[in-house]
Amino acid sequence: MRDVAIIGIGQTKVGEHWDLGLRHLALEALQAAMKDAGVERADALYVGNMLSGELTGQEHLGALIADFAGLRGIEAVKIEAACGSGAAAVRMGYIAVAGGLADVVLVVGVEKMTDYLGPRVTAALAMAADADYEASQGVSFVALNALLMRRYMHEFGYRKEDFAPFAVNAHANGMNNPNAMFHLKVTPESYARAPMIADPVNLLDSSPVCDGAAAVVLAPIEWARQLDHPVVRIAASAIGTDALAIHDRRDPLTLEGAALSAHRAYQQAGLGPKEIDLFELHDAFSIMAALSLEAAGFAEKGKGVRLALDGEITLHGRIPIATMGGLKARGHPVGATGVYQIVEVVQQLRGEAGDNQVPDARIGMAQNIGGSGATVITHILERVG
Amino acid sequence: MTLAGTWRLRHQRYQLQGEVCEKCGSLIFPPRDVCPECEAPAKTPYTFSGRGEVYSYTTVYHPPAGFEEDAPYTVALVRLEEGPMVTAQLTDVDAEQVEIGMPVEMVTRRISAEGEEGIITYGYKFRPVLRRTRG
Ligand SMILES: [Zn+2]
Repeated sequence: MRDVAIIGIGQTKVGEHWDLGLRHLALEALQAAMKDAGVERADALYVGNMLSGELTGQEHLGALIADFAGLRGIEAVKIEAACGSGAAAVRMGYIAVAGGLADVVLVVGVEKMTDYLGPRVTAALAMAADADYEASQGVSFVALNALLMRRYMHEFGYRKEDFAPFAVNAHANGMNNPNAMFHLKVTPESYARAPMIADPVNLLDSSPVCDGAAAVVLAPIEWARQLDHPVVRIAASAIGTDALAIHDRRDPLTLEGAALSAHRAYQQAGLGPKEIDLFELHDAFSIMAALSLEAAGFAEKGKGVRLALDGEITLHGRIPIATMGGLKARGHPVGATGVYQIVEVVQQLRGEAGDNQVPDARIGMAQNIGGSGATVITHILERVG
Repeated sequence: MTLAGTWRLRHQRYQLQGEVCEKCGSLIFPPRDVCPECEAPAKTPYTFSGRGEVYSYTTVYHPPAGFEEDAPYTVALVRLEEGPMVTAQLTDVDAEQVEIGMPVEMVTRRISAEGEEGIITYGYKFRPVLRRTRG
């Protein structure tokens, strides 16, 4: 196995891009990443995407985007793992470079969600759940998270307002990220007044429907040493899985896929949660942030919300999360999200995070979740030298 | 849901038919043909009683396509008395009356419809257990 570095990063602003199609979004992110890395060619392209077929009528994105980006002829495929598609594509790129099968690999996560409104998008997102036994009952993704949140509050004795710190923190950090969808100050008071969308999940617990693309360039670590950027290596890359349906899990309030994924990543990197300086987690809903913190070992079971209430998830807390706004404020273009998370960890480790810089960040973790917890991809990145 | 897909799921939708593992005795719903506890083949049918209690619940105000007519509606995770959990809508009850631990039982209801001329899908929903008074 070879050591793999991230030698380039790129991203589009997240939002409603009425003027840009899927391929244009992907191209913008790819070109930015290739420029950042100083490369003009690559051996392979992996595209992370969830809903292009359903929401733009376009599948077969590997060849499409390779051709559109002027890379006609290279190896190119789309990788799909619901909302975990982006990080799953990074993992495939990592395998190719680490295994010596390719030297320069491009990974782009892209999603175009805003051409349709309401029920069509809700139904498309529900495809990440079990079609025969969850989605067929009329359960939306918001509803699945509401089921988990209500049970969590019941078992561990939390009140609705105890979840406010997740929204307050994400939006505070989003304010300073020019690529974030929202630049919105959220207070505990505005959280308490937010409209309910599936009780107890309110609007500020949720991530928005949006468009966006993010890209990284992977190469053997020797390539990185020749560039001006600080060297960022992939210290771990791991996937864990669980049952697709919440009702099929041993304990719905334990994300076993996330625990497996994090455990494997810690083993590969030879590290534990104590060594992680920041954690880009999958805060598609506040309850997911709490369950991820617990599964990754930052809080005991039932204590994820307590960690947030104690102020430990902010930029100056024990484990900063959503440092560039997270899924709530930066936005959640589903198949692109996992690549945004990795781009943001690289920004932090290079010291390029501006007002949101985590002091002395050397080791960062990104965790991307597909569905309600069935596919979980964890990457640990480390600044070297 | 296509006609063939609906037909394939008829035993689950209309009777809550799952499976029992011959090796370790686990009761399984939805059926999965491989026991999740011991990994042995588990293809022997087992029909569940349809009784259980609410594990968690919420109300859907922004439904997916195909469910707009019924919104708002309440969905729940129901823990069956035999052990497995089921995701289903609650019926014959006001959202404000639902609580965790409430006893419920399965009934057959219309689940979704694809317009005036499309397929109407029937299946399980759960309602509060009716209290019988002695006459
Ligand atoms: Zn068994």
